[in-house]
Amino acid sequence: MQTDLEAPATEPLSSSEDAVAVSGLARRYRTRRGEVSALEAVDLRVREGEVLAVVGPSGCGKSTLLELIAGLQEPDAGTLSALGHAAAADRLAACAYMPQRDLLLPWRDGLGNAALALEVQGVSRKEARRRAAPLFERFGLAEFEQSPPSELSGGMRQRVAFLRTLLSGRPVLLLDEPFAALDSLTRGAMQEWLAEALAHEPRTVVLVTHDVEEAIYLGDRVAVLSPRPGRVVAEIAVPLARPRGRRRDAIAAPAFAELRHRALEALEG
Amino acid sequence: MRRWWLSVLLFAAFIGLWQLVASLPGVDNLTLASPAETLRAIRHDHALLVDNMWVTLEEVLLGLAIAVLAGAGSAILMHLFRPLREAAYPLLVASQAIPIVVLAPLFVLAFDYGIGPKLAIVALICFFPITVNVLDGLRSVDPELLKLMRSLRASRVATLVRVELPSSLPFFFSGLRVAATVSVIGAVFGEWAGADKGLGRLVLLGNNQLQTPRVYAGVVILTLMAVALFALVTLVERVAVPWKRGGSPA
Repeated sequence: MQTDLEAPATEPLSSSEDAVAVSGLARRYRTRRGEVSALEAVDLRVREGEVLAVVGPSGCGKSTLLELIAGLQEPDAGTLSALGHAAAADRLAACAYMPQRDLLLPWRDGLGNAALALEVQGVSRKEARRRAAPLFERFGLAEFEQSPPSELSGGMRQRVAFLRTLLSGRPVLLLDEPFAALDSLTRGAMQEWLAEALAHEPRTVVLVTHDVEEAIYLGDRVAVLSPRPGRVVAEIAVPLARPRGRRRDAIAAPAFAELRHRALEALEG
Repeated sequence: MRRWWLSVLLFAAFIGLWQLVASLPGVDNLTLASPAETLRAIRHDHALLVDNMWVTLEEVLLGLAIAVLAGAGSAILMHLFRPLREAAYPLLVASQAIPIVVLAPLFVLAFDYGIGPKLAIVALICFFPITVNVLDGLRSVDPELLKLMRSLRASRVATLVRVELPSSLPFFFSGLRVAATVSVIGAVFGEWAGADKGLGRLVLLGNNQLQTPRVYAGVVILTLMAVALFALVTLVERVAVPWKRGGSPA
């Protein structure tokens, strides 16, 4: 199988500019039908400030990969590091993990949900809200500070969840299919929103998605995973400056179409 | 709206049936007082009933308060310390299997004649539904949410206070609703074992003195008390848990 892996396995585990380094990673699960291999020999590195989009078919272990990097799970084989730290507790401290579902607390209003990330670090409730408020204004949520989650649209809820992730103050963001549950129009708008947000608040990002266009539109690099057990079958650099303007225009560009073709080729095998 | 009318209709039908059965020729009015006789007794013994009602209400409310503190407290401890949960759960279930009626006179011996044994019995009856429900609530938090809290590096206490306790509130109120209705029965048992005041004692006394209408009047007020407590808990739940509207029938 043809691969575009750019880092040979013999290279040193992590160089100083790698915010995230994954090498020889394997994760297996025991089920009633025996052992299932979710990830096998995954190698990835993400430079500081880079957006790596990981795209793959459903069930290829994308979410598992993020939870491993985040320090929420431990691998069965291979090494992981975030900001140069390998221990799970240090990875937890380096990474902010945004799960697929928004998981907003129904008893807190919009601002209170975003401020939760600060409160659990010991910031008082009032001070946490005060610090979260400017972000609400900047990211188009100004009028929804006091709305309960049930009154927010799907897109709004994802924005609040993203701000909660941002407010945790970690240098590395791990986004697990953040827009998968949205309708396609809202998803497009949210991709533009996220691109803008990352232009204002640059972070190292690992974005997991099953949407090739989303991966190319948002990523500096796209890693394509195979079906289970997930392995990196291609890495495609996206040589376009971020943010990439209106999504509909970006997608229509010939360079974009050529990247999409390469990614789909790798994805479909 | 229609369901509300149905309740009224059912209630009226029940009263009608009660009146009908009571006025059947073969029915002894020492066993069954009619609704009309009961109402007359309530009017006539108004002051007596109200005085005793306050005594019983005090036992019920204080007993409930003890059960809420002890029940929620032990549920939280059992949730935080797994060995404690595994060790204490059988005891918890056993506490419910104790025949309270038998226990009540012993409580009177132990705690004296005052309010003590009544509170102990009310609390013992109400403790179980509260503890079990709060414990279930604490344990049924979305595991994804706990994962999120872990990734935010929230402490055990922060997760408990900000996620687990709020999400167990609807469970707590379910338990409290059950507790509120059985608390009145507990107070009556307590008074039967030995008391000089209270509706339970009044009913027992009325029974011995063949004052059947007064017995029924006492029972009606005890029932109303339980219904009112149930309604009060439901009302408080609406205010305290606004995100779960219409989750349970009022």
